[in-house]
Amino acid sequence: MQSIGEALSLALSLILSGDADIVEIVLLSLHVSLSATILACLIGLPLGALVAIGRFPGRNAVLILMNALMGLPPVVVGLLVYLYLSRSGPLGFLGLLYTPTAMIIAQTILITPIVAALSRQVLEDLHAEYADQFRSLCLTRLQSMQALLWDARYSLLTVGLAGFGRAVAEVGAVIIVGGNIDHLTRVMTTAIALETSRGELALALALGIVLLVIALGVNAAVHSVRLTAARQAYV
Amino acid sequence: MSDAAAMIAAPEAQAQDTGPLLPLRIGALTLRLGGATVIDNLDLTLGTTGCTVIMGPNGAGKSLLLKLLHGLLEPTSGRIAWGEYAPAQVTARQALVFQKPVLLRRSVAANLDFVLRARAKDAGRRDALLDHVGLAHKASQPARLLSGGEAQRLALARALATDPEILFLDEPTASLDPVAVLKIEDIVIKARPAGVRVIFVTHDIGQARRMADDVVFLNRGRVAEHSPAAAFFAHPSSTAARDYLNGRIVV
Repeated sequence: MQSIGEALSLALSLILSGDADIVEIVLLSLHVSLSATILACLIGLPLGALVAIGRFPGRNAVLILMNALMGLPPVVVGLLVYLYLSRSGPLGFLGLLYTPTAMIIAQTILITPIVAALSRQVLEDLHAEYADQFRSLCLTRLQSMQALLWDARYSLLTVGLAGFGRAVAEVGAVIIVGGNIDHLTRVMTTAIALETSRGELALALALGIVLLVIALGVNAAVHSVRLTAARQAYV
Repeated sequence: MSDAAAMIAAPEAQAQDTGPLLPLRIGALTLRLGGATVIDNLDLTLGTTGCTVIMGPNGAGKSLLLKLLHGLLEPTSGRIAWGEYAPAQVTARQALVFQKPVLLRRSVAANLDFVLRARAKDAGRRDALLDHVGLAHKASQPARLLSGGEAQRLALARALATDPEILFLDEPTASLDPVAVLKIEDIVIKARPAGVRVIFVTHDIGQARRMADDVVFLNRGRVAEHSPAAAFFAHPSSTAARDYLNGRIVV
């Protein structure tokens, strides 16, 4: 067991030397979480738009469900995906368990409700402003949804960011369906959990620092894009 | 009908009929919102041509009447007949310019492109429309950074892009400077020879004198007076209109 000072020093040297293991783990983490975020946006944004402008029986129940699912425990999602993808499960024949694809599926399920619920709120607020104009122009529901999604694009970046943040930081789902297999399904969070349990604090800390830097970098990039958009009154 | 139900759903690409829209006949029209009667048993007939100006004090129901006529609100009771059609059947043959223009978060040109594409109109008309309203030089600028007068001219261009037979204007020049007001009026006047029937809500008595062929004076959700413009301004027949024109508060 190293002291915190030694571990931090080792961690920084691992990062600065471009340690191959760390690079591999970071790239896989980004691949899995970015893929899940893109998939969750492709599903969640139209769903959020539909609920934002739609008026249908049971809408309130859908809203409650969407909001409740934002708090899905990652281990429960992992367990459900595991049951479906395990050899005896209904999708076992696909052979996806313990692959990055299984991890993408689990994270997509985990963050789609977040993207849908947050985008619904953003789009509903915008629709309140546009509704009369859209009705006057006789836009179809699809045209209204497309216009709202495009006009709220910069606000929705933040929604996507919230989804990505949740995906890249979670450990429960990916460790169950990915298995934390070295050089195959080991991502930053599972590696941190493993290395910490083994007392290898340097590697754990190095990955933790990278995770924080990524979070800060993505936030700074989104904030910068939003500031540019705000100057043009596009937010 | 409940208040909430009075707000009708978005029209889903409804089939629009092609018969004549005018004359407009309104009978016993009533709208209740939040327990209050805001349009009260209103009767009105509008002819086939010209510019009708609707005047009246705040809260008289002018803007709500426009929304009812345009099919954006469903009346509690009564009848609106555009020719032989209900308002919701002919919304696409009309356009409404709101008091506060709602512009998309895009460039000036993209605002027009959106409407032309959504309504399957000739996309090549965009530059001509911008030129018509004096905004060609602002085409690439963000629409929401336009001045009040420019924003309203863009809203007017967007309305004209839909080739409306009826053009509703809901106090489009409120809080604009005199030059901006005259520019808006000029665009509206130029649209009339093309056969656009204009229904114009305004508080501006000078503007009403310049624009109106006939004047409908609303008070407390009812038609207090409907007269040719010259007669209305020379000899208003209702006490409410007389008080309003003389600058006295109508209660």
